[in-house]
This record gives sequence, structure tokens and C-alpha cells, in this order.
Amino acid sequence: MFGKLTDSFLLNFVKEERWKYITDGLIITLEVTFFAVIVGIFLGFLVAMVRSTYDKTGKLKVLNALCNLYLTVIRGTPVVVQLLITYFVIFGSVNIDKVLVAVIAFGINSGAYVAEIIRSGIMSVDNGQFEAGRSLGFSYFKTMLYIILPQALKNVLPALANEFIVLLKETSVAGYIALQDLTKAGDIIRSRTYDAFMPLIVVALIYLLMVMLFNYFVKQLERRLRNSEH
Amino acid sequence: MSIDMERKPLIEVVDLTKKFHKLTALDSISINIYEGDVVFVVGPSGSGKSTFLRCLNRLEESTGGNILFEGINITDEKCDIDKHRQKMGMVFQQFNLFPHMTIMKNLTIGPIKLQNKSKEEAEAEAMRLLERVGLADRAQAYPSQLSGGQKQRIAIVRALCMKPDVMLFDEPTSALDPEMVGEVLAVMRDLAEDKMTMVVVTHEMGFAKEVANRVIFMADGKIVEENEPKAFFDHPQTERLQSFLSKVL
Repeated sequence: MFGKLTDSFLLNFVKEERWKYITDGLIITLEVTFFAVIVGIFLGFLVAMVRSTYDKTGKLKVLNALCNLYLTVIRGTPVVVQLLITYFVIFGSVNIDKVLVAVIAFGINSGAYVAEIIRSGIMSVDNGQFEAGRSLGFSYFKTMLYIILPQALKNVLPALANEFIVLLKETSVAGYIALQDLTKAGDIIRSRTYDAFMPLIVVALIYLLMVMLFNYFVKQLERRLRNSEH
Repeated sequence: MSIDMERKPLIEVVDLTKKFHKLTALDSISINIYEGDVVFVVGPSGSGKSTFLRCLNRLEESTGGNILFEGINITDEKCDIDKHRQKMGMVFQQFNLFPHMTIMKNLTIGPIKLQNKSKEEAEAEAMRLLERVGLADRAQAYPSQLSGGQKQRIAIVRALCMKPDVMLFDEPTSALDPEMVGEVLAVMRDLAEDKMTMVVVTHEMGFAKEVANRVIFMADGKIVEENEPKAFFDHPQTERLQSFLSKVL
């Protein structure tokens, strides 16, 4: 039994330096996730600010309608379809790096979910906080920045962390545009060695390990923020 | 009415009106508030007294009339209301301290971010005021670690740190346990003796009688009666006020 596993391991990862598929794929997965998270946070913040400004003051009506359209379309269609459209339709006629395509597609997708998470955080902060900020003389924007957002983000940290875990795992469909991410790497090895168990289980374990590591850091962060629990 | 003609009004309210859809919360209110005035606003719930107070610094937008603060029409769309709000301290019923900041941060964030004070300068001033209300030892605590009375005293200090020209109090003791009301009233009394201009919406009639120099009775969005406190409570003129006082005293 143990000997068989060792043989399988050697065949799938050591022979012909197949482990390189895994490491190269892992780098792609991390790259895409990291930059998509940044795009997602940026977009999400922007949309959440527009939407909650509209909710609170009634201003930014047109922008709010645009944001609503964005949320409806992105949350109403599968991420794989969005990825394919981004690659074959939007960038169909230009030669563009697939990693960049994936970052854009996953970033725009994640932005919609991040926006709703942050907006729910903003709405969860008592309106008295807002009035206290304004009464001291802070502008709407500065009240958001110094008083509302720090509290909102603390409240939604678990939900945001969850969104990034989902995003990390969702990038596994990048193979649809022939991007060789971690999942695709495992699949390539499988097609070379006709052994499904070893490469796919290892790929699954690597995802699991990354998520557990990420969760650990989030827990640490939450504990530090809890100092000011109210 | 005890209006001193020689003083210039600090706040001049002219025909202030506030309508929520069909409901008229404030019906053409006019009043002058002078420097050093301690004006108490009393009245039944729903009479518009809180709305009146909140309109003074435009937390609530009026739908008609003007408010002149230090000679400037702050109901004008073009005026920079944030600048004028710095000069109008406000204390809320629910304290509204910032829970994610220490007491010291609560007190200094305004002066540092809005008035370009150095951290040292702002903290020294905050410490001086904390000592005055007897809470210097709580500077590094978070709001959640304080009692209601302590929170409200901090909220008053937070407003004072901006060096306001007038303090607005919106039922400052209504959310407090009875045994904590006294400590907050003591701070307010201290402020009044210090000649701070104050507008106070409250249900504390005894306190109003003792500290105010003018008491206003509001009902149905109008100022029904105004007088100096002794006459206001001992010899109410209108039937509305007589019946109100007979219920609350």
C-alpha cells in the first residue's frame, strides 16, 4: 500500500519534473487571487460608497442606478460565463495576457459581493455615530472615513474573509480560458500519467492548506480588533 | 420677555419651518438666542422641541425660514455648514461616543483633524477638561468600559474640545439611570456658571428652574410661551402650559 503511494507520487511529481506544473500553477493561482482581491476591494468600496451615500442622502442617483445594474448583472450570471465573455468577447480581438484577463474577470465579479458586504457594514453602524461625526464638523466623507468605515469593516471582517476564500477557490475555473492555474496543473498531470487520485488530492490539499492559513491570520486580526468591543 | 436689546443675538431664528411630508413639526418659529443665554426648551413629546434643536445645526434640514449664526445665514445652501458646526457643540440623548476609539481619541480627533491642532496640544486641552469633569483617569479607556453618566460627561467634553460658542443639548439625561442624572447635570450647571451659551431640550423641570435664564414652552411645533424661569413655573400664562405643568410637576 505504502509502496504503491510512493510509486504514484514519484510518477506524478518527480518524473519529468512534473512538480513544476504544480508550483507554476500555484503561482498563477496566487497571482490571480491576489490582484483580483485588490480589484474587488477597490471596486467594492467604490460601489458601496455610492450606494450608501444614496441610501443616506438621496444623492448620486445616476451613479447608484449604474451600480445597481452592475450588481444585478454580476450576481445574476455565473463567474465562468463572465470569464469566458471577458476573454472571448471583450478581449477577443486583442492579444492580452490571460492572467490579466482572469484578474479583471474575477476582480469585477468579487467587487459586486464585496460591495454588498461593505454596504451592509456601513448600514449596521448606528446613525447616531454619523450624526455625532457631522455635529463635530466632519464632512460627510470624513465622517465615513474616520468614524463609520472603521466600525463597519470590523463588523464585516468575517464576511469579507469568507468572500476572499470563495474567490481563491473560484479561480480554479481559470482553466476554461486555458490558463494553467493550480487546478489545471493537477489536471494536466492526470492526463499525462492517467493517474487521477494523486494529482487531484494533492491539489485539493494545497487549496485546503492555503484557506486554513488565511483563516488563521484572519482570526488573529479579529482578536486584535476585539480590544475595542462595544 | 427678557430680551436685552443691547446684545447682538448669537443665533437668530426667523420663521423656521420644518415639514415631514404633511406633518408640520415646526411652524414658523422665531427666536433670538444671545451670548450667555441658557435657554431651556420644554414641552410634551412630539411638540417639535428636539426637531427645533436639530435644525439649529442642520442635522435636520428645515423646509422654510432662516437661521443666522454669528451673523451668517447657515440655512443658505452655499454656506459651509461643517465650519459652523465646529462652533456648535452638540450632546445627544444616546451619547454617541465613537466605540472604536479610546476616550482620549474621541476627544482629540476633532481638534486634530479639523482645527489642525498638534496631538500634544489637543491632548493637553482634553486632559484639562477631563480633570474638570473628574474623569482624567479614564482617558485610555474605551466607551464600553464607562457607565452612562460617565459617557455623557465625556460626550459633553468632546463637544467642548472644539471650543464651541454654543452648546446644544438634546435630552442629555433621558437615557440615564436615575442615580447618574446628577453627575451630568452638575457638569451642565458648571458650564452655565461659566457663561457658556446653551440651548437645552429636557424633561428635568427642577433643573430648568434652577439653571435657565429663559424657559421656552413648545407645543404643536410652535413656541407657546416664554419667560424667565421663576415666572414660567410659578405663574404660567397660557392654559396649555398650565395643564402641561400640572402633569409634570
